[in-house]
Amino acid sequence: MAELLVWPALIAYGEAAGAYAGGLRGAGRNGRLGIWGVRLGWLAQTALLATQAATTDGFPWGTWAGALNLLSWLVVTGYLAWGSNPRYRLLGLGVMPVAAVLLALAWVGGGTGVHASDGAGWALDLHVGLMLAAFASFTVAAAVALLYLFEERRLKRRDARVLRLRLPSLEALDRLAARVALVGLVLLSAGIVVGLTRLRGADVDVAMTVTVVLWALYVVALVLRREAVLQGRRLAWSLVGGFSLVAAVLPLTHFAS
Amino acid sequence: MKLALAGVSHHTASLELRERVAIDSEAARAIARDLVRASDGRHEAVVLSTCNRTELYLAARDDGVGEAADRALLDLAGDDAAGLAPVAYRLADESAALHLFRVAAGLDSLVPGEGEILGQVRDAYEGGAAGPLLDRTFRMALHAGRRARLETAIGESPASVPAAAAALAQQVFDGLGGRRVVLVGAGRTSELTARNLRSRGATVTAVVNRSVDRAERLAAALGARAFALDDVARPLAEADVVVSSTSAPGFVLTADALTAALRARRGRPLLFVDLAVPRDVEPSLAAVDGCFVYDVDDLEAVVSASLEGRRTEAVQAERIVAAEAERFRAWQASLAVVPAIASLRALAEEIRSSELARVAGKLPESERQVVDTVTAQIVNKLLHLPTVRMKEAAVSPDGLIYADVVRHLFGLGEEGEA
Repeated sequence: MAELLVWPALIAYGEAAGAYAGGLRGAGRNGRLGIWGVRLGWLAQTALLATQAATTDGFPWGTWAGALNLLSWLVVTGYLAWGSNPRYRLLGLGVMPVAAVLLALAWVGGGTGVHASDGAGWALDLHVGLMLAAFASFTVAAAVALLYLFEERRLKRRDARVLRLRLPSLEALDRLAARVALVGLVLLSAGIVVGLTRLRGADVDVAMTVTVVLWALYVVALVLRREAVLQGRRLAWSLVGGFSLVAAVLPLTHFAS
Repeated sequence: MKLALAGVSHHTASLELRERVAIDSEAARAIARDLVRASDGRHEAVVLSTCNRTELYLAARDDGVGEAADRALLDLAGDDAAGLAPVAYRLADESAALHLFRVAAGLDSLVPGEGEILGQVRDAYEGGAAGPLLDRTFRMALHAGRRARLETAIGESPASVPAAAAALAQQVFDGLGGRRVVLVGAGRTSELTARNLRSRGATVTAVVNRSVDRAERLAAALGARAFALDDVARPLAEADVVVSSTSAPGFVLTADALTAALRARRGRPLLFVDLAVPRDVEPSLAAVDGCFVYDVDDLEAVVSASLEGRRTEAVQAERIVAAEAERFRAWQASLAVVPAIASLRALAEEIRSSELARVAGKLPESERQVVDTVTAQIVNKLLHLPTVRMKEAAVSPDGLIYADVVRHLFGLGEEGEA
């Protein structure tokens, strides 16, 4: 029954991604179609998650597919915080395809159904939740950074239509990307701390090493930004790079285990 | 009630003719009051006068209000009335209202969606002598104008080169408040652009010019510092926007001279607005991290694309205006059945009161109050639906038949005829 909610969410996210792509030619109607797709899809996915939570004892998203389901929802939730502002709607062009793909993968892997919990305990559940929230933040930060690079390119190339499709200013995008990345870093730090409480002398594996490297990279990027060394396009590329690392390495380390 | 409009605009009359009837807001107020006074208070009047139009809106119960509006407009032209008459337009009722709605939405302007007209319509309304009809018409026009701007992007894009420069700066920075502007060149163009940017909150911090004397004069007027052209790298270190408009034959701001200063900015954004022909800013500066270079052609291309966008948005704005005009038509049509509704309600109340008076002496006070309340509620509930239906029907072409039938069935107005 719960699985039936996947389809409206997937269709709505796909519609939103398509509408935002159309919005590149002209905002307004496409932007409105996009944001309504996001809202309706988010409601359907929220209902799906609520159903999973209500019918499962413990943490329902412990499997890699379940984790992708939750990650997708967190990414869309993060986007909705700004996407309702017409100027930030195009952010959905970076976020919604990712969210749709994550949800589709979750469905393929059986992460959208109701399963018995593995009963791993609240600490692991909290650790997974925090890590996923952190990755969702890094995804949104990367999408904001991509929007920055897109807007900067238009300004550099002196695109005559730059004022017809109005995006937030470069300064606002730079600031927002850094703030969202900072939120992700705080969540990641908390996730690592909670994870360490479960370690109990176990060996440090590849997943932990990659996570710590990722944490260190974001710390360095944000400190350099604070020192005005890394800002603008340099920060944007760093955040896109950080997200690429998350997207490329974590499936192999966390989800494959 | 009849609504009439007489006017001239850039669509119909040359600038020379428009000048003859152009008046300031004070004169517009005075004329509106005079028109009301001359009609012994029977007319309502609002006069709208801008650079591109002079329009007189009159409303009254009598049919001659259109001629009165026309006469008043020609009186404004004085001896040139004969020349003005063929180019003046006269509109009535729904057409006049639709025209006003389009004007308020900026759809009748030289530049579609231009921002000032809505304020000018508001000023005319507030300064005019509006009565029930013009009050409603202008309030609906202002609402239509606001909707057009809120629900479409018709007014968002810049329509001039200085406005485009300011809008581009706002795409780079959050806003122009507190932004530091460096002027290169101390001529008239620099001064005008500086004043435009200052009006949007920016601060001119430096004026750079080949002749330091001229730079100092302009800098003193703007509260800025003056620099010689050789020292241009110094103020650039702290600048956000550079506006250049010298008459130099070659590039004044070159990559060779500025690269070191620009690198020290560590990618902090810097917008070059090059208004000079030949250009002052070497195009290769755009390749430096954080630097954006716009010359006159780029800015004009941005304006041109913006105007094209405004025309596209105008289609949507026209739909909004048409919907508001339809609401106006419905409201005006409903006015025609108001007398019948009022008579019906008066008759019902008269019957209720007289019947209540007949039994009032036989009932204790508490019971009399209950009967009073109950009968009032019965009358209201009985008449609610017929009232709504009559107003709805009034919008249709044969809607007034309903009002006539009600008058006939209830004998409304027959006592007066007898």
